[in-house]
Amino acid sequence: MGLGSLMADGFVTTRLDEVINWARKNSLWPMPMGISCCAIEMMATASPRFDISRFGSEVMRFTPRQCDVMIVAGTVTYKMAPVVRKIYDQMPDPKWVISMGACASSGGMFRSYSVVQGIDQFMPVDVYVAGCPPRPENLLRALLELQDKVGRDKTIGTLLRGEKIFIPENGPAERMSPTS
Amino acid sequence: MNQLILQKIVAQFPKSVQGSDEFRGDLTVRVKKEDIAGICSFLRDDPELSFDMLVDLCGVDMYRPEGRFEVVYNMYSIRNKWYLRLKVLVDEEKPIVDSVTSVWTAANWHERETYDMYGIKFRGHPDLRRMYMPEDYEYYPLRKDFPLMGVPDSIPLPRK
Repeated sequence: MGLGSLMADGFVTTRLDEVINWARKNSLWPMPMGISCCAIEMMATASPRFDISRFGSEVMRFTPRQCDVMIVAGTVTYKMAPVVRKIYDQMPDPKWVISMGACASSGGMFRSYSVVQGIDQFMPVDVYVAGCPPRPENLLRALLELQDKVGRDKTIGTLLRGEKIFIPENGPAERMSPTS
Repeated sequence: MNQLILQKIVAQFPKSVQGSDEFRGDLTVRVKKEDIAGICSFLRDDPELSFDMLVDLCGVDMYRPEGRFEVVYNMYSIRNKWYLRLKVLVDEEKPIVDSVTSVWTAANWHERETYDMYGIKFRGHPDLRRMYMPEDYEYYPLRKDFPLMGVPDSIPLPRK
């Protein structure tokens, strides 16, 4: 940039979006929404062997007020759906959702009247994880995908330029769903 | 031993017993539903039989015009190590059976579950609420005419 000689050591120039996204994506605090056997694999992911803290997400908080990403790990029944949604609504923006395993993503093997056939019917989902249950490596991969996604966010720069961003009624822009 | 159990029931309730059969040593007695509470308390209190434990209580939907539902009582005598199964028939029009919660407290949740899944009501039950399904749910999921995937929009989901 040619500014190198003007600045003393210890300065870097970058874009605001980049630095904010960098900070955000490397400390995503999970809300462990463990409601079935997938939760066991989620716990294994946090264990020393797989060590989710390598990616900055070891701070599992059991209060939604302190969380960035909800990991829905397990079968969501119709009776549980309002509970999951309420906890999601209590998380502060910006927030993301990982749908872990076959049950949360599609109802899985529970093709039945009591199980919601995919949590994307009542809440936005950013990353789906295949598996029944997924191995810890699989969940870590989903976390890395989510970090990539957070890194692509352009919200701050757009706001600073005074442009309007489209925010749907129930959540920020750039939410993926299988229908969009 | 099954002969003894059957003889005792028949001697005490000659008009109630409608039939019985034995399969691999397991005795099943079919009785009138009006007398089920009396028979159960007799089986529990008789010193020789002493069926003091209710193992299971469940419903069956046979999906036939007459006597559509069955309620099945599995009981166990801890002292004698005997099992016994009672069955009663319940009509679709008037699916009401006397509760056996006064005989075995264990029947409480089993009867609630049977009510939740089949719509069979238990007269005299202290707290006949649904067990699994929402309180205001209108259907009974284990009935044979209930669709596997449920009735669409019968349970509301949160708005997306």
